Amino acid sequence: MSTSVGDVVVTGLGATTPLGSDVASTWDALLAGRSGVSRITDDWIKEFPAQLVARLAADPAGQLDRVRARRLDRSQQVAVVAAEEAWRDSGAADAGVASERVAVVFGTGIGGALTLLGQDDVLEEKGPKRVSPFTIPMLMPNGPAAAVGLAVGAKGGVHAPVSACASGAEAIRWGLDLLRFDRADVVLVGGAEACVHPLPMAGFAAMRAMSTRNDEPERASRPFDKARDGFVLGEGAAALVLERGDAARARGARVHARLAGAGGTADGYDLVAPHPEGEGAGRAIAAAVRDAGLSAADIGHVNAHATSTPVGDTAEAAAIRTTLGEHVLVTATKSQTGHLLGAAGALESIFTVLALREQLVPATANLDDPDDDAAVQALDIVRREPRRTQLTAAVNDSFGFGGHNIALVFTTA
Amino acid sequence: MSEDIQTGLAEILEEVAGVAPADATPEKSFTEDLDVDSLSMVEIATAVEDKFGVAIPDDELGNIKTVGDAISYIQKNRA
Repeated sequence: MSTSVGDVVVTGLGATTPLGSDVASTWDALLAGRSGVSRITDDWIKEFPAQLVARLAADPAGQLDRVRARRLDRSQQVAVVAAEEAWRDSGAADAGVASERVAVVFGTGIGGALTLLGQDDVLEEKGPKRVSPFTIPMLMPNGPAAAVGLAVGAKGGVHAPVSACASGAEAIRWGLDLLRFDRADVVLVGGAEACVHPLPMAGFAAMRAMSTRNDEPERASRPFDKARDGFVLGEGAAALVLERGDAARARGARVHARLAGAGGTADGYDLVAPHPEGEGAGRAIAAAVRDAGLSAADIGHVNAHATSTPVGDTAEAAAIRTTLGEHVLVTATKSQTGHLLGAAGALESIFTVLALREQLVPATANLDDPDDDAAVQALDIVRREPRRTQLTAAVNDSFGFGGHNIALVFTTA
Repeated sequence: MSEDIQTGLAEILEEVAGVAPADATPEKSFTEDLDVDSLSMVEIATAVEDKFGVAIPDDELGNIKTVGDAISYIQKNRA
């Protein structure tokens, strides 16, 4: 898109994930092929068909002041930890940006589920007078965005897209729009999720969406593999600082990559099942590439949404092949991180940015035997080892229950 | 008696709002001096009921401005 405000760049990155307590440790673990997945050993899990989870490498409450942490739901704690890292990384705080020109867009899939469910227990056991006065601010789905806004003193607007597993990517798309419409000078964007609890686990399992490979936790998330049987629930958050390229360069900021374009569509097909040929997903990718002023041949890499579900992965493979062709290097990092739901699109955007910056595509773990599906067979999916390559542009896909499709195009700085 | 209450209240303030025990002296205003917001006051009232067996109704809670006000209220209403 040609805009009067010029290009938009990424100047800050932050994350807390099952692979590490920050971006550097997460990226190192990803490249080393480590898995964040383990088996739950708590008593309550015994009757559950799916017993795997990708828990955070570091407890976010331990990374925050105690009193501050107790007023934040875990989804808000991870949001603040990731956002503060991204904010520090950007150096925006020292650049004298007016707080009225700082905005936040932070999504979540489920919101403060642990608070909602925990306080419902309090209500049942002790009655209404014992319910915490912080219940509502801790469970509201705009809670992570609001907590991040307070953490960085953003007064230019705080927004909270909620589009299931596309929320983190949708936040990035909104951030791009805010800068293009000149509604802010700096936008802190991202996604957060922390809902490891019996109810969400039971709900996803009832949909038959989760892997039941309980005896092999590290092998369970296996996007595009013939033996994949569902996703592994993960928790964490990721954040990026976006600003206009001219302003970032003027203040001497380090630019990790450019956010060149975005596309969003809806399937209009089914509430939860993806269109089998990835029709809506393909339109989102095509729209993002067009928005970036590029063509399919320019795109060298796709960080796929690929959650390791039987239907989702093949639909996405079809969308990638149809829209971009067979030359792109595809990877599916959920094979190691698990599925961070509303944080997934933000985390995988960070991986996409780092792949461009380092000219290195992480491998898809556990892809031992690619699916027989024609599109999966046709695509060049990086496996076994990260692949060094020459990239100028890359795509991150994210899709959510409800038929939400978001694609983002990043290019080298 | 009031010293016990002050000590107990200081423990509550530290747990709920991160107030250093040495700062929880009778003349201090919860909002002005100790940065305790209205939601935290609700938590403090619940904790006071647990610790001292003294329930503070909402209309009374609004009149409790200082640590000293809280100590007097607890002292007066403790069984």
